[in-house]
Amino acid sequence: MSDDSKGEAKKEGCAGCDCGGGGGAGGSLPPVAPQDARRGFMFKFGAGLLGIGGILAAVPIVGYIIGPARSRYRNEWVDLGATTLYPSGQTRFATFLNPIRQPTDGDAAKTACWVRCVEAGKFQVFAINCAHLGCPVRWFEQSKLFMCPCHGGVYYQDGTRAAGPPPRGLFEYKWKVEGGKLLIDAGRLPGLEESV
Amino acid sequence: MNREALIQIVKQPVQWIEDRTGVIAFSTPLLSHHVPRSAKWWYVFGSATLMFFTIQIVTGVCLGTMYAPSASNAWESLRYIDEEIPLGWMLRALHGWSSSAMVVMMAIHMLQVFMHGSFKFPRELNWITGVFLLLTVLALAFTGQVMRWDQDAYWGLGIGAAIVDRVPVFGDQMRALMLGGPIIGGETLNRFFALHVFILPGAAIGLVGVHMTLIMKNGISEMPKPGEIVVPSTYRKGFEERMEKSGVPFFPDAAQRDMVFCGVCLILLVFLAAYYGPFGPGGMPDPTLINTNPRPDYPFMWIFGAVSLLPPASETAIMLISPVVGIAILVAVPFLSNSGERAPSRRPGMMLLAVFVVMAIVALTWEGVTSPWSPVMDGWSALPTPTQFVKGRTPLQMQGAVVFQYAQCRNCHELGGFGGKRGPALDEIATRMSPDQIVRQVQQGGGNMPAFGKNLNSAQMTAIVGFLSTLRPANEADSTIPGAQLPLPIKSPLVLESPFTGTGVPAEISAGVSSR
Repeated sequence: MSDDSKGEAKKEGCAGCDCGGGGGAGGSLPPVAPQDARRGFMFKFGAGLLGIGGILAAVPIVGYIIGPARSRYRNEWVDLGATTLYPSGQTRFATFLNPIRQPTDGDAAKTACWVRCVEAGKFQVFAINCAHLGCPVRWFEQSKLFMCPCHGGVYYQDGTRAAGPPPRGLFEYKWKVEGGKLLIDAGRLPGLEESV
Repeated sequence: MNREALIQIVKQPVQWIEDRTGVIAFSTPLLSHHVPRSAKWWYVFGSATLMFFTIQIVTGVCLGTMYAPSASNAWESLRYIDEEIPLGWMLRALHGWSSSAMVVMMAIHMLQVFMHGSFKFPRELNWITGVFLLLTVLALAFTGQVMRWDQDAYWGLGIGAAIVDRVPVFGDQMRALMLGGPIIGGETLNRFFALHVFILPGAAIGLVGVHMTLIMKNGISEMPKPGEIVVPSTYRKGFEERMEKSGVPFFPDAAQRDMVFCGVCLILLVFLAAYYGPFGPGGMPDPTLINTNPRPDYPFMWIFGAVSLLPPASETAIMLISPVVGIAILVAVPFLSNSGERAPSRRPGMMLLAVFVVMAIVALTWEGVTSPWSPVMDGWSALPTPTQFVKGRTPLQMQGAVVFQYAQCRNCHELGGFGGKRGPALDEIATRMSPDQIVRQVQQGGGNMPAFGKNLNSAQMTAIVGFLSTLRPANEADSTIPGAQLPLPIKSPLVLESPFTGTGVPAEISAGVSSR
């Protein structure tokens, strides 16, 4: 008996559903007969099942998509080589592999920075990214300026803003010297709220 | 076999298909619906946009069979398509040029609809779905630029990330959502790939469907005539009557113009693609190769131009708020005015607005292309000093010319039309500034110029000021003479002048104070 009624309900429901989907014929859902309590129950039951199933399925989907916004990526100390590579009073180009990287990053995991040795044992390490909109700044030894090719941001050798649109000076990495090597605390792309 | 029998053979399967699908009953009104007789060449741009979109889908699917959506291989796979796959370069060229053509056609279509007031009752939603189509197509253009995965793509993402990062409170999270992590890397490309090939095309196809359905429902607007005003309560009835009486079937009467225009566009597209080839890919996407000059594709050049001209203090607010306000205004257009006159001659304010917007976008695009605010990074090392600025100079002055190049002044200042445009051209600086003023400006900077005081020793400073003080036309006096900006009848040969004459005259009196 229950099989029969199910089959009937399904048939009627389907006829309404399929029509509505195609052709723009404007098929309307069959009115739920209020006197048919079983069908009313079946409709609510079906809606409930779909709702629960939908939420269960949505958890991994939404979690997958917004995952990057929730994850806490940790910077790591990255070796930039012996401190002797960075002569006193000079600013040198240095590259490293980003400690936060994925197998498919390719060259994009490479990162560049500018290392300024203020005096022996005292450094400033600047992110390559202009504080305006992130373009790569270039060092000019002769005028002791960093210049940005995008919108003309200019910085002095100590990273402070000299001219152009940047709202602040260059981003600086935290650094330390261990065993004659210069290490920087690197990972995340620098942003305005932080100093790398 | 007689003719009747042949017709039967053809007819039977057609009838079978029609019986099972209703495809003829469905599509007949699409082709034969009446459109205004006045719908002439102004009405071809929407069709052309749709044609370019179709080309995008076809060429995009083809490229999808070869492109490697992985940050470690994408660039190489594009090179492979360009250089190894037969006609692969042509496919990429078609995809790139058709994308630009679609943006242009869409803009013209939108402008035409705006100027003809076609967005008014009952076509408000035609306009709004069109606005969302525009946004979708621009998003496709931006994500498509990312697909090239070259230096422009990498640093373009960096610019996008830096803008998103400025969002208050959630900036960090939004940037991570956009990049798929804390850096621009593998997940970033794949996110944009999913957007570019699944989400955005899907959205565009859906929106095109709605847009077309609305066209069928509301009909194509007539050419506007002064005095024929839109009254929502009576418009539909009148429109239907006019279509009944004087309309022509879309196919073939109106469609033939679309066909001619689309045909011309298509042939032009193929020629452009074949002649100019594909867009990029540019340099390898290696962020340690910093000798790069990142520029966005043309549809975004005006934004690139705009962000360099914003005052730094309000920059973030303008960058974040103006897109929202701009989109809101576009969406609101049909609600602000959905009745009344449609004719351009009766809506002069709206015409001025349209002209202003177009001119602003063209001007900002030009600014973006020329980027006068950007230093010429190799100006100091690559540009020669024009002979007229060194001829007959003393050794000290020529030494100054060397220092001028050496200290990268040329990156921001022009001499003889070559050099950066960030600062003023210095060809005639001696007519505007006295040596004292030059010393002060070079030492202390100011007016968007860095201070060079710490980086030039006194000998270099003396030399550079000696050189700059000679930079003026032969028939104009230097700024140390009061009123020197007026043309004076002094025609002394420039070369014989000492650069330091008249330094005793107070600089202020000389009226040579920099305009900055």
